Amino acid sequence: MTRPRKALLLGSGALKIGEAGEFDYSGSQAIKALKEEGLEVVLINPNIATIQTSEGMADRVYFLPVTPAFVEKVIARERPQALLLSFGGQTALNCGVALWKNGVLARYRLPVLGTPVEAIEKTEDRRLFNRALAEIGLKTPRGIAVRTVEAGLRAAASIGYPVMARAAYALGGKGSGIAGSPRELRDALRRAFTAAPQVLVEECLEGWKEIEYEVVRDRAGNCVAVCNMENFDPMGIHTGESIVVAPSQTLTDEESNRLRAVAIRAVGHLGVVGECNIQYALNPRDGDYRVIEVNARLSRSSALASKATGYPLAFVAAKLALGRILPELSNSITKVTSACFEPALDYLVVKIPRWDLKKFGRVSKKIGSEMKSVGEVMAVGRSFEEAVQKAARMLQVGVYGLVANENYSFRSLEKELRQPTDERLFGIAEALKKGFSVDRIHRLTRIDRWFLHKIKSVVDCEARLRACRPRPVPPGLLREAKEKGFSDKQIALLTCSTELRVRARRKEARLVPAVKQIDTLAAEYPARTNYLYATYHGREDDVPFRNGDGGPGKVMVLGSGSYSIGSSVEFDWCCVNAALALKKMGYGTIMVNYNPETVSTDYDICDRLYFDELSFERVLDIYEKERPLGVLLSMGGQIPNNIALRCHNAGVRVLGTPPASIDRAEDRYKFGKLLDEIGVDQPEWRELRSVAEAKRFARTIGYPVLIRPSYVLSGAAMSVVFGQGHLDRYLERASRVSPEYPVVISKFIMNAKEIELDAVADRGEVVASAIVEHVENAGVHSGDATMVLPPQKLYIETIRRVRGIGREIARALEITGPFNIQFIAKDNAIKVIECNLRASRSFPFVSKVARANFVELAVAAIMGRGGPNRKTTLDLNYVGVKAPQFSFSRLKGADPVSGVEMASTGEVACLGEDVHEAYLKAILATGFTLPKKTVLLTVGGEDAKGRFLGSARALAGLGYRIFATDKTSAFLKENGVPNTRLFKVHERRRPNIRDHIAGRKIDLVISIPNPAKRIEYNSAYKLRRLAVDFSVPILTNLQAADLFVQALAAKRPSDLQVKHWAEYE
Amino acid sequence: MLYCSEIRTEDGHIKRAILALADGTVLEGLGFGAAARAGGEVVFNTGTAGFPESLTDPSYHGQILCQTYPLVGNCGVDPGSLESERPRVAGYVVSEVCGHPSHATSRKSLGAWLEENGVPGIAGVDTRALTKRLRARGAVTGLLAVSDGPLGAARLRREARAVPDPNGRDLVAEVTTPEIRIYNPEARRTIVLIDCGVKMGIVRSLTRRGVAVVRVPAGTGADRVLAFSPRGVVVSNGPGDPERAAAPIAAVRRLLGEGLPLFGIGLGHQVLALAAGGRTYKLKSGHRGLSQPCLEEGTKRCRITAQNHGFAVDAASLPAGWAGWFRNANDGTNEGLRHKRRPVFGVQFQPEACPGPADTEFLFDLFLEAAR
Repeated sequence: MTRPRKALLLGSGALKIGEAGEFDYSGSQAIKALKEEGLEVVLINPNIATIQTSEGMADRVYFLPVTPAFVEKVIARERPQALLLSFGGQTALNCGVALWKNGVLARYRLPVLGTPVEAIEKTEDRRLFNRALAEIGLKTPRGIAVRTVEAGLRAAASIGYPVMARAAYALGGKGSGIAGSPRELRDALRRAFTAAPQVLVEECLEGWKEIEYEVVRDRAGNCVAVCNMENFDPMGIHTGESIVVAPSQTLTDEESNRLRAVAIRAVGHLGVVGECNIQYALNPRDGDYRVIEVNARLSRSSALASKATGYPLAFVAAKLALGRILPELSNSITKVTSACFEPALDYLVVKIPRWDLKKFGRVSKKIGSEMKSVGEVMAVGRSFEEAVQKAARMLQVGVYGLVANENYSFRSLEKELRQPTDERLFGIAEALKKGFSVDRIHRLTRIDRWFLHKIKSVVDCEARLRACRPRPVPPGLLREAKEKGFSDKQIALLTCSTELRVRARRKEARLVPAVKQIDTLAAEYPARTNYLYATYHGREDDVPFRNGDGGPGKVMVLGSGSYSIGSSVEFDWCCVNAALALKKMGYGTIMVNYNPETVSTDYDICDRLYFDELSFERVLDIYEKERPLGVLLSMGGQIPNNIALRCHNAGVRVLGTPPASIDRAEDRYKFGKLLDEIGVDQPEWRELRSVAEAKRFARTIGYPVLIRPSYVLSGAAMSVVFGQGHLDRYLERASRVSPEYPVVISKFIMNAKEIELDAVADRGEVVASAIVEHVENAGVHSGDATMVLPPQKLYIETIRRVRGIGREIARALEITGPFNIQFIAKDNAIKVIECNLRASRSFPFVSKVARANFVELAVAAIMGRGGPNRKTTLDLNYVGVKAPQFSFSRLKGADPVSGVEMASTGEVACLGEDVHEAYLKAILATGFTLPKKTVLLTVGGEDAKGRFLGSARALAGLGYRIFATDKTSAFLKENGVPNTRLFKVHERRRPNIRDHIAGRKIDLVISIPNPAKRIEYNSAYKLRRLAVDFSVPILTNLQAADLFVQALAAKRPSDLQVKHWAEYE
Repeated sequence: MLYCSEIRTEDGHIKRAILALADGTVLEGLGFGAAARAGGEVVFNTGTAGFPESLTDPSYHGQILCQTYPLVGNCGVDPGSLESERPRVAGYVVSEVCGHPSHATSRKSLGAWLEENGVPGIAGVDTRALTKRLRARGAVTGLLAVSDGPLGAARLRREARAVPDPNGRDLVAEVTTPEIRIYNPEARRTIVLIDCGVKMGIVRSLTRRGVAVVRVPAGTGADRVLAFSPRGVVVSNGPGDPERAAAPIAAVRRLLGEGLPLFGIGLGHQVLALAAGGRTYKLKSGHRGLSQPCLEEGTKRCRITAQNHGFAVDAASLPAGWAGWFRNANDGTNEGLRHKRRPVFGVQFQPEACPGPADTEFLFDLFLEAAR
């Protein structure tokens, strides 16, 4: 192999369910490894919020869709000598396999580094996989690959029910399910075939333990199992949906080494070079096993394993792909020992998935063989109790740990245990409290008794704490509680005390956590690692706490926590950039974060990494030990922002904007008063404490109104309400209104534009700002909006007003650092709807499109080293468009419509000569395909029908055959747009929608809901769902659909230019 | 003192425990296992599983073992997976011992099993901190005491200084089999196993490959060994300073002259080196764990091995005709040697695994191919 000079790396695109931030981590590490080996790196990734697409990483970055067509164009242009497929998830892998199959790689003589494509195929195609493993006598689940529903039913009959139906080539278990009867199987198969042409019907292993190994192998055949992990939830629940511990806890040495040996044999036989994940089912009764899956690429699990052990899997995998061998590489943690080793842990980690199912009213909360979670947390501890309680809090779902939670009530605990939802962990604790025995819970859940006993020990400790009331907790019990992961707040709640009183008491008893290193070798060799966690199972710190060493001091940066809807990789980008900027200025940096999918938790980003909670308690613990110059909490989104004032009151120096100002912006009353003072308008609003008051106020300001409850019963929290009847239903079903739980009602302005200002200020003076225009009208959450930079359709006057308001607010709040203001504009009247004194979701987008790093500018201002910059971004010669990525196909039952609650899981952004080019690229990058021949239209409401008419005409003019539902069809015909009516399913006539969508006769669905009628299940909802379930592209927003049609008319696919970032000047 | 409520008995009864080191360190914790006192050399092991297997490894004879990994005994004790009849450690130091083991093969909890066998244990210790101390200062002797009543920390601290180094004793003689045992006697080929404190994993690794194994006491002379007409001889692992194992060294020296295939494992490897004229020395803190990487000299292969040794062979001391075979990838110490022409070799690690990875099990095949 001649050594390549230039390598092409494929990224994974937007964050979506099943493919999230872990690929920013793996791609970034790969780039560092390749550059260390002297290669020029070209990266294709439309995810603009990633670190890997930042300056100083790859040599060239293409913000383009990771699709065969675009990648081929980049190959033709760049002529790389090597291709890397294993760092960009299933997206990159599938794209690479497609290019290999269609001969592009052969044509350009482009070799795939690392695991060869032939081996990848064996891991992806069930039949080849089973055959390959059978060749060396390894066991896989008995199963039969089928291509039709009938064949699937025959296969199940021979295997015996229940069976599992799994789609091949699908990320995160998409399209898989367990079927107990032929009827259920028929449905499951139909769904699975929409995701893949081949489905495996296999023996059901429910109740077996699920175990994973992460293995690296070099070309010389050296192979090590870096980490083994055990799922708390047994088989039947996707590993991405499972609580996971590492190392495994309930396996004997014989079992874990047998599975390890199988892993090494399998990986060697398949011919993997690089990193590989292997999943097993293990029968708890007799130790029998099945190999469930092999992923010959970096994965979610490998990111977890990497953070759990400190072994840089992605970095090493990239080196191995280049032909290096393991014994040549050194352990980058210890620097003195070899990379050819298996980490020994002296702690354990617990990962819990983060779900956001409450954001979707109609989505089942049950968890199973398909992935629904949007992020994860990892907690490190020296006991399971400690780690699991930490992890529960890290979820930031309003729990204080496993116990002492207020908001959990289970209708049927038995059902919760048998048919798990996202809340089962808390259900187990509740059941134990209610007297369920460990054995009974084991029978219902099949979770190993070991885990259940540990949870019971937390529940027992809770009871002992409660029994202390009203006397203070004795020191012995206090210590036990801390060792079992109880937070000060939890103890306070259980003993009628306050968090600060408990803190004071335990400090009196000299109960403070010890800071321990994650050093990969369990202290056997001295390590200079900066990778740390806090535990109460320790009596000495591993690291010294010195101040300065003559430098300017150190700064603590608070990370963004788990990815969830609304808080994603963009905040990690901000945190990493903040740390790097601080480092550049000579400051020491301390990062606190607990998300294993991030780059901020890579040990080479900061001087010290605390993989720990972002709670007030833990931040203060670390602060008191480290004594930094101050804490930077404006980069990690809302989680750190929320503790600003409390930290300040506890004596922590909060850097940047004064915490009192943060409070003034966050507190609705204070902020309203401030806007009044500076003469800035905002939509009328009021906080209301009874249903009658709410109705009265809504009538006064007039419908529609936006309603935000503080207590949510079901469904999305925020909603737009169009009339009295609607309000009644909403208040009755979705929320509670009382003096304790008020609702806020504000005027909702229809057909208004939404605009955002991202800016940085220095002691009240704006030093940089960018104005971003939303494509969708107000009413779509800013996280779901399509954003355009620079704005294309704003009045100059509007832009001037927006800037002016930004300046006034910055001054009034004495802002130093990042901030974001959201506006609505209608006919030049501008109102402020939100203001956040922290970095916003669009900071990476704005920074990269405008080529001005807003985070660096903010850090300079915060550290008192700012200068005037005043970057405006209106005179760019190109346009950036950011588009949301939705994961509706994963969320069965979710209505794919954007509203006031955010629903997207990620985003992409692309650059173009004009808005049309950039938008088309961006939407293609979210997995959209351009329609070839047919479009189905259904537009709700007279007003919207009229507004969309122009676009409908344009579609017809472009030669598309138009289908439409009853009223839309009639309206279009009246207005001279030829179309074919399709009947709704309930109309019982043909041709109907279902046949057309299921028969793949529709290339694009444009379904614009009537906002006033979007409450109940209706036929339009069913149509949209059908489109999602059959993977037909769908647009549901009027403005976005208009823009799409305009873009379609303006550009052909061949007009979409392939240019790298630096070429846009 | 750290707290660990897992070992609270049903009636809430708690045993106290103190570990006193010869350097003056005193660690307090909760007692489990037997209410007893034991002195020994305090060493650490970084494995994360296989605790009953480790505890029954006779190479731990005379040692108080600190388990760095904090959660111990989760799978309980399976009498079928022990490496010798009973626990061999003098005492056991852990962070947390599991009071509710959970596994289909578990017959009793680790604590109950240690109690039956008279081995004291201390829980609630910051094992990472202790490991760091042992790493920095080297192995030290210590005294572990578990009691239902008061312990007297000051007295134990004094007495700990007087605990003799067990490596001064002939530990091999204390753990070797008292009589000859024959496994798989019907097999065609016979291998003699010189038992210096053998792990049953070695016996199983041999019998599984279809040979008869004659396990002889460590004091057995070469003539007696040869009387079994073996096709090869294995010298087993065992405890302590190899230089004290005079009888096996003498026997091996004689056997080397007979041209028989020889395979030394662990202490057996050191015995082989000494018999060949090489030297051994004490490592600062030893290698005890399940993931030690070993490079095969002259190749690009690196193997993950299980290890338990406090002494090592000085590779530079080997006479002509011998070569280093494996080397520790972390600290470069010798992990194997072989004769350049004859089928005689030894490895410092444990190819039979149990506990640990079996990546080097092929060495038994290599040996038996030679011992045709």
